[in-house]
Amino acid sequence: MTIRKHVKLGLSALALSMSLNAMAAEDPIKVGILHSLSGTMAISETVLKDTVEMLIAKQNAEGGVLGRELEAVVVDPASNWPLFAEKARELLAQEKVDVIFGNWTSVSRKSVLPVVEELNGLLFYPVQYEGEESSENVFYTGAAPNQQAIPAVDYLMNNIGVERWVLAGTDYVYPRTTNKILETYLMDQGVAKADIMINYTPFGHSDWQNIVSDIKRFGSAGKKTAVVSTINGDANVPFYRELGNQGISASDIPVVAFSVGEQELSGIDTGPLVGHLAAWNYFMSADSDANYDFIDQWIEHTGNEEAVTNDPMEAHYIGFNMYIEAVKKAGTTDVDAVKDAIIGVSVPNLTGGYATMMPNHHITKPVLIGEIQDNGQFSVVWETPSTVAGDAWSDFLPGSRDLIADWRKPMFCGSFNTATGKCGASAGEMAAEEAE
Amino acid sequence: MSILRSLTLLLIALVSVLSLPASAQEDDPGKALLNNLAEAPASRVEDAINAIVSSGDERARGWLEAYGNNRLSRIEDTGQVVIVLNNRGRDWEIANPLTGENMGEMSRRELDRIAINNRIRGQLEGILAMLDLNAADPDVREASAQDMMGKVDASLVEPLEAQLELEENASVRHRIEEALAIYRVGEGNLDAVDVLAGSLHPRARAALNEAVRSDNPVLADEAEQALSTIEQKLKLNRAAETLYFGLSLGSVLVLAAIGLAITFGVMGVINMAHGELIMLGAYTTWGMQQLLPGQPGLALILSIPAGFLVAATAGIIIERSVIQFLKGRPLETLLATFGISLILQQLVRTVISPQNRTVVTPDWMSGSLVINDALSLTLNRLYVLAFALIVFAALMMIMRKTRLGLEVRAVTQNRAMARSMGIKATRVDIMTFALGSGVAGLAGVALSQITNVGPNLGQNYIIDSFMVVVFGGVGNLWGTLVAGLTLGTINQILEPWAGAVLAKIMVLVLIILFIQKRPRGLFPQKGRAAEG
Repeated sequence: MTIRKHVKLGLSALALSMSLNAMAAEDPIKVGILHSLSGTMAISETVLKDTVEMLIAKQNAEGGVLGRELEAVVVDPASNWPLFAEKARELLAQEKVDVIFGNWTSVSRKSVLPVVEELNGLLFYPVQYEGEESSENVFYTGAAPNQQAIPAVDYLMNNIGVERWVLAGTDYVYPRTTNKILETYLMDQGVAKADIMINYTPFGHSDWQNIVSDIKRFGSAGKKTAVVSTINGDANVPFYRELGNQGISASDIPVVAFSVGEQELSGIDTGPLVGHLAAWNYFMSADSDANYDFIDQWIEHTGNEEAVTNDPMEAHYIGFNMYIEAVKKAGTTDVDAVKDAIIGVSVPNLTGGYATMMPNHHITKPVLIGEIQDNGQFSVVWETPSTVAGDAWSDFLPGSRDLIADWRKPMFCGSFNTATGKCGASAGEMAAEEAE
Repeated sequence: MSILRSLTLLLIALVSVLSLPASAQEDDPGKALLNNLAEAPASRVEDAINAIVSSGDERARGWLEAYGNNRLSRIEDTGQVVIVLNNRGRDWEIANPLTGENMGEMSRRELDRIAINNRIRGQLEGILAMLDLNAADPDVREASAQDMMGKVDASLVEPLEAQLELEENASVRHRIEEALAIYRVGEGNLDAVDVLAGSLHPRARAALNEAVRSDNPVLADEAEQALSTIEQKLKLNRAAETLYFGLSLGSVLVLAAIGLAITFGVMGVINMAHGELIMLGAYTTWGMQQLLPGQPGLALILSIPAGFLVAATAGIIIERSVIQFLKGRPLETLLATFGISLILQQLVRTVISPQNRTVVTPDWMSGSLVINDALSLTLNRLYVLAFALIVFAALMMIMRKTRLGLEVRAVTQNRAMARSMGIKATRVDIMTFALGSGVAGLAGVALSQITNVGPNLGQNYIIDSFMVVVFGGVGNLWGTLVAGLTLGTINQILEPWAGAVLAKIMVLVLIILFIQKRPRGLFPQKGRAAEG
């Protein structure tokens, strides 16, 4: 064990010293990290900063890319949405970074969007989101609704036989859009409006007594009922605790969550939650060597034997490797060249398959349904037979049904309307119209 | 790594060789049963489980329980089925299911979990409940009979009927009858509808609701009648439930606000860091549980004095270092304490972690107190409600009956006069602020059982706390109690039909309107104190 480690260390030192000579000739490739390290979102985003730093360290140990070393430029947007835009400008205009990995909430991404488009930067966004966007400068490595929400509902409908639906979410854009898509989808599948209950709660909601008892009542109508939860962040802990206390077990009313990962579960006693579900594209329990290696690296990097990995971390792993591959393919870090080169690039994901960058700047992902176990991990109970390509514009929303995105020439458009044959308004304007 | 791995393999091989002659494992029928389960494709899993149940093996319960808990795995290389005792971290502790002996730790890379899904788990719960129906303890039998409700299928009817013949305990019999009736209603049996007519259990209602939709008009009619009697009974229960929810939310508000009622209400200090003092109390609970692993209950009880002391100390530091210099300048106090609140939050993020911390709920606080099938009171909130009332009573005692209380009231009513009577006003300031802060710490200990323990804990409660104090009447502890409980109840009455977001807004609007009418709150200070 120790001998091996020494040899490894020696080898990497050797490689480092050799590559150092070559690297000294050129400037390092600057990688901007735009994740909140303070404020509300620090709970989720700090680990992503650490992930990118770990990936950079690993890439450097392997000799960097194009003979150049990578250098992390970390800024703290402090969970403050306008500050995200300022920090993005600082990264692109002053630090002159070649690429940015960052953002968690949709509102922070929307705030950064005009900046990266104006300054022609590259942004890798690692979190599942509501779709309805495709920017020339952004790569969406998290799941679009068709890569998470819809397959999960299919699973509940076909494998569990659910007929009555509670759509519960936090009151902001991602749950609202996702629930709108799901409602249309369910009604298309023949579910009556009376069999769908929609409920929104504010951020950080902690008093779930009434809602849980409502759900219990809704579930006693004689049809199999399930809860589809887009409840975000901390609010999940008291929600699940209330479920457990009111004696709702997963075999009565299963809850499938889109925002509860290993990270969130590490903050609660999972005993009463066993059997509830989550839909993601990666679980820490994935049985593949790439995943086990990633976990070993992560534990070594954090120095915490209990450290957990989660889905957005895998998204950054994929995004980072795609960027490296694209730079190698383009032979330069020039933004336009990388943008062209990255479409079609395939890299291994952590669940034993491959992820490919599609022309709409979304990637292919497998969809996994996992059950919560008593050790705070998920065990996979179902997965899509093959990977699913992310759909930027949902087929289940009236405004976006006809839209497609393709960033290859000659189309080169983020919102091409197949009905009118014209490249529509920019993504931002589309969203604004949608809101009205 | 590889040396370690081969060592464990060797160890396992050794263990199995050693135990072979003793128990003649090769001939153990259990081995074949477990391998059968492990190898079964999804469609054959039920058969494999039935084979285990019908084997009558006394270890079967343990195996099925492990299977239901995702604890049954196979060793990748040898194909041996093992029970995972501890599945945290990268190396898992495993045991032999046949002999029960501990096989040491093994890397999780080497283990393949035997898959189970919700459908199978539901059936398994029914089977385990069936096995438990033979238990000696009538409470266990009743619980398992209750678990059977809605899980009875054709294969379980006969054994259940046989069980009913043997059963002597009335409440267990009642449960078994209900469980059977739910199945029979599904089969179209009219007598079964009568059995369910008085039941408040959600599964009974589910079965009746299904019957209403059936093709048989007589059955549908009967079921509808049964449902309407149940609905009548439920109405009363729902009202009681809403009241309980309201009081429980109210008690949380009271706990969070009562410390503020002292610092803001009595002393007039606008302390925006009040929420963070609550947070410190919650973190103390977490720290205590870390110090006393395995004894969450004891740790929680010890946290009550500890949380008080930690928050009170922090309060004294804040008072001495900042607030005393800003006396009579409310705007500066507000800004300075807001800064302190940000500092404390970020301190916790940097020193402890930005992640939430797990605070374990002791067994005696989880679950609920069952009044009947439709009404059960969650225990953790019941304890918090009681705790809030005790804290309130204790504070009232201190303010009314002790020397400190007397001095506090004297200083707040007329500072100059009190000082001329020989009261050390500065000392009273410190003690009052420490008391208010300590009570915030107590609130934190209680909140750790209800909500997240994380850096943002305090922020979620600061606005509500000010709202309660202002609504109740500044400077009046009774006002805080009544205001907290009232706001909680109003909120919970509005919530079912307005939604959580709108209910909150409506409560806020109500308070604003109320303050317009009565600017000094529910219980305004009267007499000389009012001018102070």
